[in-house]
Amino acid sequence: MDTSKIVVEATGLTKVYGSKTAVDNISFAVDRGEIFGFLGPNGAGKTTTVLMMLGLTEPSAGRVEVMGLDPRFASIKVKQMVGYLPENVGFYGDLTGRQNLLYVARLNGLTDKVSHDRIDQALDAVGLKDEGDKRAAAYSRGMRQRLGIAELLIREPDIVFLDEPTLGLDPDGINRMISLIQSLSLERNMTVLLSSHQLHQVQRICHRVGIMIKGKLVAVGTIDELAKEKLGVEQDTFTLEEIYMKYFKEA
Amino acid sequence: MRGMWVIYRKELADHFSSNRFVILFALITMVSLITTFMVGTSLKKELEGIARPSLVFMMLFTSTGDLFSLAQFIAFFGPLIGLVLGFDAINRERINGTLSKLAAQPIYRDAIINGKFMAGVVTIKIMLLSIVLLISGLGLFTLGVTPGPEEVGRVLIYLVISIFYISFWLGVAILFSIFFRNIATSALAAIALWIFFSFFVTFGASLAANALVPIDQNQGADAERLFAHAQVQKAVSLLSPMKLYSDATSTILDPMRKTTRSLILIGPMERVSMDRFNRPLPLGQSILVVFPYIVFLILITLICFAISYLAFMRQEIRSG
Ligand SMILES: Nc1ncnc2c1ncn2[C@@H]1O[C@H](COP(=O)(O)OP(=O)(O)OP(=O)(O)O)[C@@H](O)[C@H]1O
Ligand SMILES: [Mg+2]
Repeated sequence: MDTSKIVVEATGLTKVYGSKTAVDNISFAVDRGEIFGFLGPNGAGKTTTVLMMLGLTEPSAGRVEVMGLDPRFASIKVKQMVGYLPENVGFYGDLTGRQNLLYVARLNGLTDKVSHDRIDQALDAVGLKDEGDKRAAAYSRGMRQRLGIAELLIREPDIVFLDEPTLGLDPDGINRMISLIQSLSLERNMTVLLSSHQLHQVQRICHRVGIMIKGKLVAVGTIDELAKEKLGVEQDTFTLEEIYMKYFKEA
Repeated sequence: MRGMWVIYRKELADHFSSNRFVILFALITMVSLITTFMVGTSLKKELEGIARPSLVFMMLFTSTGDLFSLAQFIAFFGPLIGLVLGFDAINRERINGTLSKLAAQPIYRDAIINGKFMAGVVTIKIMLLSIVLLISGLGLFTLGVTPGPEEVGRVLIYLVISIFYISFWLGVAILFSIFFRNIATSALAAIALWIFFSFFVTFGASLAANALVPIDQNQGADAERLFAHAQVQKAVSLLSPMKLYSDATSTILDPMRKTTRSLILIGPMERVSMDRFNRPLPLGQSILVVFPYIVFLILITLICFAISYLAFMRQEIRSG
């Protein structure tokens, strides 16, 4: 396995749909153990970037490497190391939450004995201990999202891609999700890439952010770095919102 | 491989617990039992007092009774089983948002198609086997004859061809579920194809024959022309998997038929020779006659698969 610090690296990554360039020649690198956030308005190309990192869609140009591997050619190896929480994560409605998790565990080659232990722990960790035997169709949006995190906990990947993990959650749900994401990084040593357009949350947990607007990655850095560059301020009185609006107006 | 088995197991469990399976199975069982009972009793009445013909058991499948024969029923209705089991295989997962999750697991994408196809085929196998057993049981009861080894062999081969035939339709349905993102559209497209092959190909075949080799009713055509006419009709109608299947199974089920050709295509000398040796065609020979048909059924199923793979491997998988 590649032991260098960089776990995800994109160079000149581009995706064109017909006449629309959804992702326009972006380059970035994510280090091991980081929480990295993609920020951008609707249609900025965040989801498309994540899909290319997973090999679920092919780049039109450029390349992306995950742990030094190209997801197009080493798709199984990459998918073994990467967990993915899609934008609108789906579950089989007529199976219970527990059965849904068991299916994923089996697809990952876990024995049923190991799976049952991990499922219990994961359901406990995301606060769905008592709901595990309910049909997934009866889950609320927040519960589905947490079940999605439980799925990642069971798989124990090195890297996780979370696409809009806090979308559609109430403030309490958002807080829970944020602390779950933080625990992925702190307690499980996972590298986290997440996309969002909810800036407050991102500001609380991301080590570094990339600002995406209309397919272009207009800035990458820590929030402090971006503030210095854009607003010329040193003290932390600014919000990410202000920085973001500056970039947004220029684009 | 692992992924395929896991998906297969889940899909199989889904099929057997689904309402559509129960309804389909109940419908087919009902029709089969009623038909068998009617055919059985009328056969029994007709056979009263006369010497029992050889292979009488096969007539259970081929006699039409008042409505249709069981073989005809399966030929017409069988495709629906395949279509119903597969028309939403991929697009339902896409709509539920589970496809992107599934595709993000460490499995090959073709494992998804293969697992679903295999689960469907096993469901078809179990359905057909239990129906044929039911028919045979009821037939035994009403007719009062026990099938000999040759009859059992013929029924088994009929079963195998039917499984291939219905699996072909399952393949078509899965292909549609990849191409059409809307479930209703793929269901409609599948049914349209089914109706097209059921009715319009036969119709189109006679149209083509009339256009290419017109036969004047008043003059009375010579044998050669009639022959050419029938040739064209046959060639076109073989485009339909239904025709292919009926031809193949009729030779297996009715041992007095020695060729898959219709009577008009049999030359005069051939007819003399057939009359002279008017014994049922042995099982081995029947198999030889239908072998190309089985190969062809497998071939078109494989083509279906090839297209499914090509389409699905390159498709973008996005949730929502
Ligand atoms: N299959 C497709 N065909 C054509 N255009 C597409 C396709 N998929 C995405 N796009 C376009 O690509 C652009 C980027 O889409 P993407 O889903 O990556 O945005 P996003 O940043 O995830 O937005 P959101 O915040 O709404 O999720 C959008 O303008 C979208 O319309
Ligand atoms: Mg998105």
